[in-house]
Amino acid sequence: MTSKNVHVKIDEMKTNAGLIKNLELSIGKVINDNYTEPMGPTPMPSVTALRDWDMKLLTKYKPFYMPDCDSCCLCTFGKCDLTAGKRGACGLDIGAQSSRIVMIACAIGSACHTAHSRHLVHHLIEKYGRRYPLDVGGLNVKVEAPVSRLVTGIKPETLGDLDDILTYTEEQITQILATAHTGQEANNLDFESKAFHIGMVDHVGMEVGDIAQISTLGYPKADPEAPLVKLGIGSVDRTKPVIMCIGHNVVPSVGIIDYAKDTKVDDKIEVVGLCCTSHDMTRYYTRARIVGPISWELRFIRAGLADVVVLDEQCIRTDVAEEAAKTNTPVIAASEKNCVGFKNRTNDSTDAIVEDLVSGKVKGVLVLDPEKVGEVAVRVAQAVAPIRKRKNVLPTAEEVVAIAKTCTQCKQCQRNCPQDYFIPAAMKAAAAGDLSKLTDLYEVCIGCGRCEQACPQKIAIHSLIVKAGEKSMECEDNLCRSGRGAVSDVEIRNVGSPIVLGEIPGIVAIVGCSNYPKGGKDVYDIAREFASRRYIVVLSGCSAMSAGSYRNSEGKTLYEEFPGGFEAGGVSNVGSCVANSHIAGAAIKVANIFAKRPLRGNYEEIADYIHNRLGAVGLAWGAYSQKAAAIGAGFWRLGVPVVVGPHGSKYRRMLLGRKEDPTNWEVLDARTGETVNVGPTPEHLFNVAETKEECIVQIAKLCMRPNDTWKGRAGKLSHYIDLHKRYLGVMPNDIHLYIRTMADVPITMKDEIGKILEANNWKETIIPDPTLLPRMVRKMK
Amino acid sequence: MSCEPWQCAEIASTKKANPIQKPEIAVAMIKKAQRPLLIVGSNVTERWMEGKQAIEYIIDLANASKIPVVATAHMVGEFIKRGYTPAAFWNAMEISQRVGDPTWMGLDGKGHPDLVIYVGMPYYMEALILAGLKHFAPDLKTMTIDNMYHVHASWSFPNASLEEWAANLKVMTSKFSGGN
Repeated sequence: MTSKNVHVKIDEMKTNAGLIKNLELSIGKVINDNYTEPMGPTPMPSVTALRDWDMKLLTKYKPFYMPDCDSCCLCTFGKCDLTAGKRGACGLDIGAQSSRIVMIACAIGSACHTAHSRHLVHHLIEKYGRRYPLDVGGLNVKVEAPVSRLVTGIKPETLGDLDDILTYTEEQITQILATAHTGQEANNLDFESKAFHIGMVDHVGMEVGDIAQISTLGYPKADPEAPLVKLGIGSVDRTKPVIMCIGHNVVPSVGIIDYAKDTKVDDKIEVVGLCCTSHDMTRYYTRARIVGPISWELRFIRAGLADVVVLDEQCIRTDVAEEAAKTNTPVIAASEKNCVGFKNRTNDSTDAIVEDLVSGKVKGVLVLDPEKVGEVAVRVAQAVAPIRKRKNVLPTAEEVVAIAKTCTQCKQCQRNCPQDYFIPAAMKAAAAGDLSKLTDLYEVCIGCGRCEQACPQKIAIHSLIVKAGEKSMECEDNLCRSGRGAVSDVEIRNVGSPIVLGEIPGIVAIVGCSNYPKGGKDVYDIAREFASRRYIVVLSGCSAMSAGSYRNSEGKTLYEEFPGGFEAGGVSNVGSCVANSHIAGAAIKVANIFAKRPLRGNYEEIADYIHNRLGAVGLAWGAYSQKAAAIGAGFWRLGVPVVVGPHGSKYRRMLLGRKEDPTNWEVLDARTGETVNVGPTPEHLFNVAETKEECIVQIAKLCMRPNDTWKGRAGKLSHYIDLHKRYLGVMPNDIHLYIRTMADVPITMKDEIGKILEANNWKETIIPDPTLLPRMVRKMK
Repeated sequence: MSCEPWQCAEIASTKKANPIQKPEIAVAMIKKAQRPLLIVGSNVTERWMEGKQAIEYIIDLANASKIPVVATAHMVGEFIKRGYTPAAFWNAMEISQRVGDPTWMGLDGKGHPDLVIYVGMPYYMEALILAGLKHFAPDLKTMTIDNMYHVHASWSFPNASLEEWAANLKVMTSKFSGGN
């Protein structure tokens, strides 16, 4: 589709036909629609267009609210105490308030991704033009934008088409935010439906951003063999000037890399990144380095690694400038979204900016021209590196001991640690000369620095931890597969049938941030467990980095041990946050390419298909952000269950099924219209796993779907039972709910399970052609 | 021993737990309940007191008090390894959703619990669950026997050291065993 804004004004024109005066002609859009698929029922759905679908899911998976706050303080009526049934001055109760907060979080996340994509699209259109063709995988990817096609009905072909799609997402974000105002939406389930809506919109926004950058910046295009790139602080050549980019928007990093290449100094500097910017840097330039996930910022800055820090947008510590100042590291803010209080120097000469930063006259600058950022960053890094001499603020080992002796064991550090780690015990041991407990903390600490903020002695506790872990840090030299982008149509064709029939036991999508309860090793362990069992494992964002940060007994990282394809036993990294849309996209493409379900504007049918047939589970083990909430909400509306680590309880609302309630698990058999109980498949739409062990078991269980063939169900049950026994130490107590016919029973467990079925008065049932949508029933009995 | 939330930012509560100043009071309240339930989280294998893990103290208490135990996370295996079989194992959210539902008839199908006791979950997670029950199951009595004050419970021990916690649990066990 193409669109143009045409405006013609003629004051006076003499022609053979006559005189034209004061003619003014405006055409909003000229639409050239090459998308031949008929339009489905819900193109560009409004806030309520899919409400009925949402309510089906919310009837099945009821919200379980855990309010973090007893009161509401969003307007000046308040604060209103909403405890235990009280209503506020506006009439709202705690259920609606809780869901309102969930919706607001999802809207913030969605706005963040869409704004990121808007910036990318604006910038790339300016650079490459509106007619620049989209290409996310050449001939291997015909369905280039499955989420956008499904939701908006638009088949984008050029950068300009993405502009139109973003206009839709921006409107929806505005509409949703409006409903959060005092005296608007009143009902908790309607707030939930709106959270689902904005989650769906979020995936559209993310997809737009990623296909724009894939198409223009030479990223891997749906490539299962995307290059392996260096990961970890130990992979950085610290004899060279180091530029560290933090955030999510690659545009300033591209400016840096391009300038370095143009001036032929790219082999003389190191360009490294934290968080999703680093994923996208390595997709653009394989010599870039991923130093780690987002929460590692403090440790890298304090270790003095960076000669220049460049900030773009999202998930950046807001005290980076203060921290960088301690190591004399200049900072360049490069995004309107995060100006850091610096003076805008965009229109100043490069020489002047470089001189001010190198001399230390200013600690940081705001530069909103990415090409200028590139030149300034490279020149400043080269000039500053010899002067800084790797200045860091870490104490010596002797100083750690001396500082630890000033600890009064007041426990404020522990009480402010999100993980409740035993920091006082580590300090006590350190004071006695034993740093091992501090070193242990290094491995699991998420680096938030709250311990320091709480310490009445003003001890830089995090620096002590980093010093104790310094040797480990310097050994962090691993590999991550560069973000591959979309899943190709060929891969979907290869796995479509075995996934839907249940013969590939599931798709495990491990996404999100690094607020881990016990360090990143859990992510590696979970991913490896499922890849070894030939599930399809897909990763993104900080989780993809954590998964690559450990090695097996043969010294191989996860990405070396397993192939990078979307296949049984494959471990792929789709890329940065915005690349999460490709995971939803892959699910949608199974319905469209394999099952030939119409895609265009046909959300409800595709979601119904995915929910009932596609054994996919999302895991955000360290989710912390509003963006993660929005990503999760996008999966909820598709009917894909999401598991979060224990910190995910702070999203304050779960969506839980009740497995013992048979009416909860009724579907229609599309062949006959009969109602069939299919058991709790999947049992929940959103739940917490308290520990890694529980998480692994829960994922295996949540991969079961009503449509599984008996062979597929037997395989899935084998994994569920085996993992349950291994990690929980006992046989599961709900197996009878997942067995429809005796053929579902894993062959080696017939006797054992037979007794369980007998004890539970189990009765055989049929395997239906499952749907929640009456209109999908082909022949009603 | 202070009655402030253990994790310092967990302050937002208009209705605060009554502090349990002595373990004997907790025992009396549990004895008064007709259908108490003890929900045990994953931190009981992370906390060590006097060379023993907290789970050992909980097993002693459960044996003495005969309160049915629900193990969350992967704790069921940890209990069984130590020779104690809990009455049930559930995901923390699943069991909490059920205890918050007045129509749920308990583990044995004979009646809803009238006192739910929590111990050993990650602090922030337990706090949120207790907040959910406070708001949506206002008639349900909740108690924590952690060494961390939980503002959203009906009753909670104040913040205490691990040593004090061990002492409290031992006193509770002894009182259920017939001690004075």
